[in-house]
Amino acid sequence: MKIAVCLKRVPDTELRFTIAPDGKSLDTSGLKYEISTFDEYAVEAALRLNEAHGPGEVTVVGLGPAGMAELLRRAMSMGADRAVHLTAAEVPFDGAAVAEALAAVLTEGGYDLILLGRNATDTGSGSVGPMVAHRLGLPCVTAVSKLDVADGRGTAQRVLEGAVETVAFPLPAVLTIDEGLGRPRIPSLKGIMGAKKKPLDERPAQLGPVRLVVTSLVPPPERPAGRIVGEGADAVPELVRLLRDEAKVL
Amino acid sequence: MAGGTEGRFTGPDFYQMDSLLSEEERAVRDTVRAWVDEHLMPVIGECYMEGRFPKHLVPGMAELGLFGANLPEEYGCAGLNNVAYGLIMQELERGDSGVRSFASVQGALVMYPIYAFGSEEQKTQWLPRLASGAEIGCFGLTEPDYGSNPGGLITTARETKDGWVLNGTKMWITNGSQATVSIIWAKTGDINDAKSIRGFIVPTSTPGYTGKDQKGKLSLRASDTAEIHLQDVHVPKDAILPKSGGLKSPLSCLTQARYGISWGAIGAAMACYDEALRYSATRVMFDGPIGGTQLQQARLVEMLSEITKAQLLCLQLGRLKDAGTMTPQQVSLAKRNNVNMATECARESRRLLGANGILVEYHSMRHLANLESVYTYEGTHDMHTLILGQEITGLAAF
Repeated sequence: MKIAVCLKRVPDTELRFTIAPDGKSLDTSGLKYEISTFDEYAVEAALRLNEAHGPGEVTVVGLGPAGMAELLRRAMSMGADRAVHLTAAEVPFDGAAVAEALAAVLTEGGYDLILLGRNATDTGSGSVGPMVAHRLGLPCVTAVSKLDVADGRGTAQRVLEGAVETVAFPLPAVLTIDEGLGRPRIPSLKGIMGAKKKPLDERPAQLGPVRLVVTSLVPPPERPAGRIVGEGADAVPELVRLLRDEAKVL
Repeated sequence: MAGGTEGRFTGPDFYQMDSLLSEEERAVRDTVRAWVDEHLMPVIGECYMEGRFPKHLVPGMAELGLFGANLPEEYGCAGLNNVAYGLIMQELERGDSGVRSFASVQGALVMYPIYAFGSEEQKTQWLPRLASGAEIGCFGLTEPDYGSNPGGLITTARETKDGWVLNGTKMWITNGSQATVSIIWAKTGDINDAKSIRGFIVPTSTPGYTGKDQKGKLSLRASDTAEIHLQDVHVPKDAILPKSGGLKSPLSCLTQARYGISWGAIGAAMACYDEALRYSATRVMFDGPIGGTQLQQARLVEMLSEITKAQLLCLQLGRLKDAGTMTPQQVSLAKRNNVNMATECARESRRLLGANGILVEYHSMRHLANLESVYTYEGTHDMHTLILGQEITGLAAF
């Protein structure tokens, strides 16, 4: 199968963040970047599909600044065959603008499946996948945690609260991937060396108009300190009263 | 709070050494780091307590390409440069010195001599099988009475009509019990003639060859250390490494391994620093985290300073090695400095951890115990002092 996987470059979640002086963006000094977690699961899902279904090709597509190329090569060191880097000085917050640029290149690839992560670890809106599907006029299943493909049709499972939903769809289709399809593999050293020789096409991103902008970014308020209302059984009536009247949880 | 390496490990990088590494070098480092987090950290404490090498991890290490990673691709190896190779050693030893020792021996002490001194037939026969972990190797140079003075070794190789007969005893041999093939260094001439030292590839299944586990270790407990006995071990003519000759051959292997140890020690130190830093942020004593006390800050600052210096030292050493201009004395300086500093970091971290620091769920005391071996093997700290003393004065003090 021909599979495309879209990757987003996001700050490494193990590092501490600070908000920039402009009050609406992250301070990028000292930040390191990685492939957004669920996008990496999507790469793994694509590789496994082709391993199970015989020969195919996995193309990874990433939109962003120069540093994106390194992450595309990382995906190729995991096993993806080729990469397309859509260059843009920065990635707009507006998923519609990104979806337009992605759809413009995905439409020409003849892909059987287009995979994205369920949502990005930085903005978390989960909007780009469905918007790409809409632009391409393809069916879309979101948050897929199990997947089977046979004879031009697919079956995907989505884990809901209290139920598992199974969805059938025709190929080609756009899927957003949850964890559950297998942990992303660690690239081997040979994979890392081999990735340098795989094709990486670079072209300017044809971003759509940006209509959404972030106007402010503030850290969540610090949690107020707790209160000890008493000790032992004597404290129970007061605790119940506070839970009912003040916290309003009873 | 559990042990200090909860979550994904991120080592200290105070001087932005990452910016001096290539994308490929960073990718290699990150791959091994992730592998250690995922596969080694969950089992190392138990292996250490049980005195057992985690042999089940060998196929996974081979699949990643960790063995002999700086040897050429035509022999099934990864063909990396020496900085990337060093970073592999750093990351493995961040997990455990014993596991790094396994990789050092397999790559630098078994694959390297076959690569450097072997015939083309030997290289094609052995290197891919060692790279894939199908064969496990060990290196027999040290003897019970010849450690720092390997030139005095008394293992002999006598030529016969159809091959060689080996006799002798080797001691402190990493991987010795589980190895399927052994590189044995023996004298082919007079027992006082160090120039007659040659290397032999000896399958451990050869009659007369026995490897016996070294019992009672309080260090490198997750590593296989053995004593090897060779009693009339017959090997064919082509078992000899044709291009080996004299003590300089095994010593050049040790330079390779010691180069990796210089990097490895940084990994152990980083693990201890990371554990100490995390602990100091969460451990509350006298109403505040102990990281806010002057004494613990002094410990942390000392560790970070020494680690930072060692990182830059090794990076330049690796660049020299890649340029082909590295000297054995430069490796001596790095090994001597870095292993000593790592031992100090491990000790200070263990102390910062208080009583918790003696438990196996924390890593610093395990590293400390391991590093006492690393301090001693591959040229003791003292021997490297003497080597460097000779280098700068021109006068041998040993």
